Amino acid sequence: MPIDANEVGQIAHLARLSLSEPASQAYARNLSEILDFVEQLGAVDTEGVEPLAHPLEMTQRLRPDEPTESDERERFQAIAPATEDGHYLVPRVIE
Amino acid sequence: MHDHTIAGLAAALERGECSSVELTRAALERIGQAADLNAFITVTPESALAEAEAADAARARGEAGPLTGIPIAHKDIFCTDGVRTSCGSRMLENFVPPYDAFVVEQLRAAGAVSVGKTNMDEFAMGSSNETSYFGAVKNPWDRQAVPGGSSGGSAAAVAAGLVPAATGTDTGGSIRQPAALTGISGLKPTYGRVSRYGIVAFASSLDQAGPMASSAEDLAILLEGMAGFDRRDSTCVDRPVPDYRAQMVGTDLRGLRVGLPREFIEAEGVDAEVSSGIDAAAQALRDAGAEVREISLPNAGMAVPVYYVIAPAEASSNLSRFDGVRYGHRCDAPADLEDLYKRSRGEGFGEEVKRRIMVGTYALSAGYYDAYYHKAQQVRRLVQQDFARAFESVDVIAGPTAPSTAFPLGEKADDPVQMYLSDIFTIAVNLAGLPALSVPAGFGGGRPIGLQLIGNHFDEGRLLGAAHGYQQVTDWHRQRPVVEE
Repeated sequence: MPIDANEVGQIAHLARLSLSEPASQAYARNLSEILDFVEQLGAVDTEGVEPLAHPLEMTQRLRPDEPTESDERERFQAIAPATEDGHYLVPRVIE
Repeated sequence: MHDHTIAGLAAALERGECSSVELTRAALERIGQAADLNAFITVTPESALAEAEAADAARARGEAGPLTGIPIAHKDIFCTDGVRTSCGSRMLENFVPPYDAFVVEQLRAAGAVSVGKTNMDEFAMGSSNETSYFGAVKNPWDRQAVPGGSSGGSAAAVAAGLVPAATGTDTGGSIRQPAALTGISGLKPTYGRVSRYGIVAFASSLDQAGPMASSAEDLAILLEGMAGFDRRDSTCVDRPVPDYRAQMVGTDLRGLRVGLPREFIEAEGVDAEVSSGIDAAAQALRDAGAEVREISLPNAGMAVPVYYVIAPAEASSNLSRFDGVRYGHRCDAPADLEDLYKRSRGEGFGEEVKRRIMVGTYALSAGYYDAYYHKAQQVRRLVQQDFARAFESVDVIAGPTAPSTAFPLGEKADDPVQMYLSDIFTIAVNLAGLPALSVPAGFGGGRPIGLQLIGNHFDEGRLLGAAHGYQQVTDWHRQRPVVEE
């Protein structure tokens, strides 16, 4: 299915990616080719086939709900782009 | 030093012919001499020499194992405490993890010496190492050609003898395809065999770490050092780690049932030199007593399209964590929160990563989920069932690792679908969660050809045994490129 630059813009918005106008044109071409390529899956008869999400079909391992980690806020925040008083800084979201 | 295997170096260390400090110095020097290959993103000489000294001290105390004092390198996708882990991306250009990946911990505990972090396709998305933010890697056999990807730096480093071994990850062929293109041995273990803890996530139902080295025996030694249960990876399998070297040595090619999938042998677009290399390898296995027979994997041709729905879908979810807030690249002067997310991600990710995030976002979006994602998961089961049926009558499956030898730098860089087809023979294995390896099987035009061997789930011992048996009757794995200028 061909995708146009306008649809690329919508997908990029959903994925929170900024794209330049010329880049959107190129992505429209690439994404159309890729989707075209994967569309051959439509020819496979999958009537009644259960989807496979995990190669060993494992189920989630559970553990007791007990704390296992210690507080390492300072160490983890040391690699953050912007922090203040133990908080991560982002642009103002509430006026 | 540089043309020795781990097994050979360990014996030399044990006999006192050299020390780990000497081996590590030699590796660091060779890395410097081969800088034009661009195989490394970060080299860590100080910590490497400190680790080597500790390894020599441990040996003096009589506490040495098979990896003690052996210099190795880690793909730059494994988090290393205090050492920058870029994943080949501008997004993580300055990211210094506060912890080690499980594989890094394990190999350090086994006494291996880490000399640095190898180059790779950005976020492991690529088959040529050309998507790296830190530039392409050159193939030591032909500096105009790619080394394959995404573990291209690890492959080039081992092929050029900079280190005897390196770690890699394989989501759709990222260990096996570069191993094939650079003439080394590389193993992708069974899904869940090696913990994914501390590996920057790409596609979590497919990602698996494994070793890259110059013989099947070295792969066995390394796998034993890397495998093991780790509760921090919820999909890691709680199963004892066998003595892989003993299982390898105990495997006899005589009577081993080897299946050649018709779909791999007759596939379109396979170079004639690759086909004749694989024919010769099959004959060598037959001559050594293996029962080689043709088998069929009818849905194998659908593996690449299945992968290019499932892997981007999982990637779009995994890479949503890069938001410019907690770590990683953050844009300058964001106007608001949405601008912060969009520009940080738009600037931090390269073209191929953005392309895959968008394919995945599209495939998972309302109205398209059933047609793409659900359908791909159904065909994934059919691909897996083909292998299950095949393993009822064979022990190992053999075929080419890649359809061509190393291709020229730049040749496929602008054609995503052509690039994706480089992994036509490796991807089905990840979808089914099977172990598989690539070993050198000859040359075409001076560039290496890889033989892929695929085993059943958790049958790494026999798989390594088949590769080891093949390496007893051939010497392709001993060939080395001329690296010195």
